[in-house]
Amino acid sequence: MIVIESLTKRYESMTAVDDVSMVVERNSITVVVGTSGSGKSTLLRMINRLIEPTSGRVLIDGRDTESEAGHVLRRRIGYVIQGHGLFPHRTVAENIGTVPRLLGWEESRIRTRTAQLLGALQLDPGQYSEKYPHQLSGGQQQRVGVARALAAEPAVLLMDEPFGALDPIIREKAQDDLLDIQRKFGTTIVLVTHDIDEAFRLGDRVAVMSAGRLIQYDRPEVLVTRPADALVARMTGSAERAMRLLSLTTAGEAALPFSACEAAADGVVVPTSASLREVLSELLWRGSECATVLDADGTPCGRLTVASIMARGRPS
Amino acid sequence: MRRAATILRLAALGLLLAFLLVPQRFAPLFAPLTAGGAPAIYDQGNLWTLALSHLATVLAACVGSIVIAVALGILVTRPGGQEFLPLSRAVVNFGQTFPPVAVLALAVPLVGFGEKPTLIALFLYGLLPIFENTVVGLGTCPATVLEAASGMGMNARQKLVSVELPLAMPLILEGVRISLVINIGTATLGSTVAAKGLGEVIIAGLLSSNMAFVLQGGLATGLMAVLLYDGVAALERRLCRTARID
Repeated sequence: MIVIESLTKRYESMTAVDDVSMVVERNSITVVVGTSGSGKSTLLRMINRLIEPTSGRVLIDGRDTESEAGHVLRRRIGYVIQGHGLFPHRTVAENIGTVPRLLGWEESRIRTRTAQLLGALQLDPGQYSEKYPHQLSGGQQQRVGVARALAAEPAVLLMDEPFGALDPIIREKAQDDLLDIQRKFGTTIVLVTHDIDEAFRLGDRVAVMSAGRLIQYDRPEVLVTRPADALVARMTGSAERAMRLLSLTTAGEAALPFSACEAAADGVVVPTSASLREVLSELLWRGSECATVLDADGTPCGRLTVASIMARGRPS
Repeated sequence: MRRAATILRLAALGLLLAFLLVPQRFAPLFAPLTAGGAPAIYDQGNLWTLALSHLATVLAACVGSIVIAVALGILVTRPGGQEFLPLSRAVVNFGQTFPPVAVLALAVPLVGFGEKPTLIALFLYGLLPIFENTVVGLGTCPATVLEAASGMGMNARQKLVSVELPLAMPLILEGVRISLVINIGTATLGSTVAAKGLGEVIIAGLLSSNMAFVLQGGLATGLMAVLLYDGVAALERRLCRTARID
């Protein structure tokens, strides 16, 4: 758990971060979203003390981050930046082993961990360990950047626009991978982005920043249904807020008993992981009223009707 | 193409070694340049030992230049050292623009004749290329890579040793290469203040109007410079292959 208390960063002529307090729960993804100059990156960098705050403090699992040297603190916190920042003169394996080596791990442990992470990120260790960063594609470089940040099993992972340099299709894949990784390792992630869609896709909680201040910090659906001010409303897109709300719920969560509707033999079927937005779109496209939800094994586990989906598109 | 280059290199090295070890064999080549029965091959000293001490002087001065120039380059690229950049630059520029002959003339009264004044002149003369390349190399490390290094928890020294210097190494070596080559030639001047070196052959030739001496001293020095240039360039290429910056 990360507790941020009245964190402020003042430069001579401006206040980059202005009295921000928030609590980031364990094992969750918190996305900080804002325009450029909103102070979101500064806030993130004050968590690992790449930037020293003017006032306020940060507690990670109850421990004040000021209680140890900055570089020692940073070895316990994963950090991923836009454009990956891999060391060009080191192989993939050496890049990933950076923090474990700083911490003095044994070589055999580093090798095991490196292989495990490469596997988790769908990079074959045998094929990629000895490659240099310039021999990888943009998406692969980004994944190695994530692997390097996770190498020393940090409890906290900070990500600053980690997918900013990727093209849209690879970005979506990278976002899914991140959700998988988060589930697998249970890491507490704080991610900074200017992309509200990314924030909604990834965030268990979303913090909106503007001009150095924290405007609203809540679950994504609350941002849509009860925006704190006009800026948040504009950001979350008031014209399509119903759709955004639907995109936050999965078919599995909303599934009704089989008795809810009659499904045709060749009717619409959707996986439990599909969002209601996707299900509605599919129903509209097929001109159908009833969809069957399939679980991971492909067994039907429930139904969804247009009416039940529409009911979820309204603030409750 | 690469094989041809290797053969050429080995041929040049073989030629240089043969000339320095058994110079008398080359006498017929140089004889047409002599007049009045003067010797065709330098006979007042052993060419091999002269070449070795020439090389030793240059290398010793170069080691000094590397240590000081790289240290200065590191200093002025640290957060607290930037204010020293103009001063350091002025000092190394002075070392480069002040004529080595004048340095020799000034140094002799202080340290006497022999190797010492030559070492001082070469050391000063070789600083600039290494310093400038170190500053550029360290100053152009990609910002994202440096941020990542800090974010990983490297302290300032670890960042310098394991990220910045390796990334700057190809450029630093290029500076060393330029400095070495300039000084192989410049070191011939040392013979005017009694330093052992191939300059002795050239000066002897000038004093006795023996063009054969001048030419053989010049050729041996030139070949040595080309081979050194080539050797350091090969080292640079090896480093660049791994330390590729994308």
